[in-house]
Amino acid sequence: MATTETADVATAAAEAVPQEVAVPAPPARGITIKPWVWAVVAVALVFPLLKSLVPDVVSDYRLFVISTMMIAGIAVLGLNLLTGFNGQISLGHGAFYAVGAYTAAVLMDKVMWPDFLGGGTFPYWLAVIIAAIVCFGVGYLFGLPALKLEGHYLALATFALALAVPQFLKYKWLEGLTGGVQGIVLLKPQPPCLDHFFSSSPTMCLPLSEDQWLYYYVLIVMIALYFIAFNILRGRNGRAMMAIRDHHMAADTMGINSSQYKTVTFGISAAYTGVAGALSASAIAFVAPDSFGFFLSITLLIGLVVGGVASLAGSIIGGVFTVIVQNSAQALSNFAKNDLGLPFDLSAYAVYGILLLILMYVMPLGIAGGIIMAWRRLKR
Amino acid sequence: MTALLEVKDLKAYYGQTQALHGVSFALEQGGITTLLGANGAGKTTTLRAICNMVRTEGEVSFEGRSIRANPTESIVRLGFAHVPEGRGTFTTLSVDENLRIAAYTRSDKAAVKRDLEMVFEYFPRLRERMQQQAGTLSGGEQQMLAISRALMLSPRVMLLDEPSFGLAPLIVVDIFRILRRINSESKCSLLLVEQNAALALELADNAYVLETGRVVMSGPSEVVKNDENIRKSYLGY
Amino acid sequence: MEQFLQQVVSGLANGAIYACVALALVMIFVSTDHINFAQGEMAMFSTYIAWQLMQWGLGFWPAFFVAIAVSFVAGVTIERVILRPLHAAPVLSIVVVFIGLLAICNSVAGTIWSYLIKEFPSPFPKEQFGLSGLVGAHQFGVVLVTLVVLLLLFGFFRFTPLGLAMRAAAQNPVSARLAGVRVDWMLALGWGLAAAVGAVAGTMVAHIVYLDPNMMAGILLYAFAGALLGGISNPGGAVLGGFIVGVLENLVAFVGNLIEKWTGVYIIGNGEKLTVALIIVITVLTVKPGGLFGRIAVKRV
Repeated sequence: MATTETADVATAAAEAVPQEVAVPAPPARGITIKPWVWAVVAVALVFPLLKSLVPDVVSDYRLFVISTMMIAGIAVLGLNLLTGFNGQISLGHGAFYAVGAYTAAVLMDKVMWPDFLGGGTFPYWLAVIIAAIVCFGVGYLFGLPALKLEGHYLALATFALALAVPQFLKYKWLEGLTGGVQGIVLLKPQPPCLDHFFSSSPTMCLPLSEDQWLYYYVLIVMIALYFIAFNILRGRNGRAMMAIRDHHMAADTMGINSSQYKTVTFGISAAYTGVAGALSASAIAFVAPDSFGFFLSITLLIGLVVGGVASLAGSIIGGVFTVIVQNSAQALSNFAKNDLGLPFDLSAYAVYGILLLILMYVMPLGIAGGIIMAWRRLKR
Repeated sequence: MTALLEVKDLKAYYGQTQALHGVSFALEQGGITTLLGANGAGKTTTLRAICNMVRTEGEVSFEGRSIRANPTESIVRLGFAHVPEGRGTFTTLSVDENLRIAAYTRSDKAAVKRDLEMVFEYFPRLRERMQQQAGTLSGGEQQMLAISRALMLSPRVMLLDEPSFGLAPLIVVDIFRILRRINSESKCSLLLVEQNAALALELADNAYVLETGRVVMSGPSEVVKNDENIRKSYLGY
Repeated sequence: MEQFLQQVVSGLANGAIYACVALALVMIFVSTDHINFAQGEMAMFSTYIAWQLMQWGLGFWPAFFVAIAVSFVAGVTIERVILRPLHAAPVLSIVVVFIGLLAICNSVAGTIWSYLIKEFPSPFPKEQFGLSGLVGAHQFGVVLVTLVVLLLLFGFFRFTPLGLAMRAAAQNPVSARLAGVRVDWMLALGWGLAAAVGAVAGTMVAHIVYLDPNMMAGILLYAFAGALLGGISNPGGAVLGGFIVGVLENLVAFVGNLIEKWTGVYIIGNGEKLTVALIIVITVLTVKPGGLFGRIAVKRV
């Protein structure tokens, strides 16, 4: 088809002028899932079940932390779709995370599930789906005016968005829904039971703890979303997205409808990060406006940059990294004070800032990119 | 006797693309040399290369000393004035400010004042337009302003990139007449890049013809002017 | 009526702060085409330096001037050391570096001086005066200091050779080099000045909003709104935009409060100020990115 060919030309053009954006070109092979991927997935699936065997290693808390890592990975993946693969800089993705989280939270808190379907609270999995749809809409809508903005200006617009979000969430008119400053308290997702579907049979639930179930729930969502993103990027759409990133005007003249791609990518990206937000609402069982401030958007940016711009696997790595840093904040500052002898604490924020600077000079492609580069150099 | 400006085997690159493949020429003290050739021959690139505005390899020496690695601003301070393609006017500044910025590096205020008067003598129209925004000047006036800015540097060498471009023939004749005056009165050597070969050959002592980044022909302008083959093959007339 | 005037006056005082920060933003934008996302945090850090100096016994004005000088040097250093090596890097890298600077300034300030809110003294006497106590002395002082700074800068750029060189370097770096101007140093100087102006803004506003590492975030957003409104490529416009936004911010809240008082319906109030700024930013960027007085350069293919 003509459009595929033009997109191929666009990729070739994009690859011919590498110095603008130093990003490895996407592999356009058939879908062969490498063995190590299968191994990782297998380990991931089996891991929680080892809890009874090695309760210290596979504790509930650890499973919870891993779940938050996966959630962060999904959030960064969303940002990467927009910024890494489509070239639209967003400093305000925390806003979409917040929309996703609050959509899910409000549904689970305020909307009752009809009795004829089993009653009880709104199902968390449906809340996530609806959050995804809502975030897609919000992202798409934001993407419309964003069409006119590039580079610094788009960064500025999204920066403003990130700063304004907490205030917006505390807006008086929404207080009835959002719970204002105090936020909303939720229930953690329970492992599925059969009595939700048959009103008279005995309760048969999966023999998993809350955190084990949470782990599987998030894992399933992450694999699904990763797979979808992988397919989008591998195909014609992905190449068009990247052509738009690398040579905007060339892409236009080749018949790619950049406006549509850009707005839809914005929507998808927002949906991904929104899903992460919705998942986190369930995981933490709490949402409050002040958790969605500018620091969140910076965290996502860090994940993007550390993990690897325009790298799917890198997004997950980046997300994992941000959780590690934040959870180690206390340990970090103890280390700085006691072991390094620094006269002050070292907060996660400071680590982020220093890393951002260092990475831009030393490893602008992030960890994933750095690994790829090192691998290539070794191969020669 | 070493020439004032000597270029040997100069190569120049725009990113990965090589634009000059080893150009050599010389500009004598007090002389006028012209670089000729078609579009894309590398004439503008040569001027830029001399001022280190593009990546270069080879030798560029001024008064016997190499200047190839010097940053542009310090080459200028050595006595080079480059009138670039497109004139390089500071469009949002006034004519007065354009002239003043050119004299920025000079400390002798009295000399600057004298040079300003000299500029007005060459180009009386500029005196009327002193407070006008430079971007609103006509093409010819901007060219006059560009040459004036070069003069305000009190240069030893003036590099001119297509001063005739886009100007009405009468104005061009005017400007070339003034260039000759500048050469003789201010003792300024000129390196002139031109597409209008006929005019350039009238003015210059020596000519070098460039094609795709190489010098293909050189000699005194009398010889080049009268050689029909050269004119037909390279200069188009 | 009196309340209305009070809101206008305090709006002007706030606007003076926004105008200063907006000016700093525009100075950097005009010379380097970069948006300094870290401007607010840098100003905040300067303010902490001033505070620390006062803790060590310096008076307000000596601390003020030392902080400004230190900020100037810091600005020059940041441009030379951190930004210069990246001048050909892709936009994303540059934006990320600015965010990194932002994070470092904020976290280091929080680390050294803690996140507890501190009081910051005002150098101006305590009385209200003018039109039956309408204008607070500090507010008046803020506007005065701002105007003095703006006038000095205007004079510098307009009438001094160095100012002319900086303007030339910003407008046409290639031609400036061909005039012998050391463009790289002009950029660094521009950064130094911007940092210094930010320090002025920070030390003036700290008395009103109290000193804490997060004090400049909202102000920065307002400064952006003002700079965009006036024209991000136009220093005079940006200053005007800052004042307009300052007054507008207060009037919107004022009207909202009135509506609530008369009808009992809360539409908008003090809590939505950042949202209003956001709306201004998005609106200007999409409808007229050049602002009221600026121009956006057309991108050549």
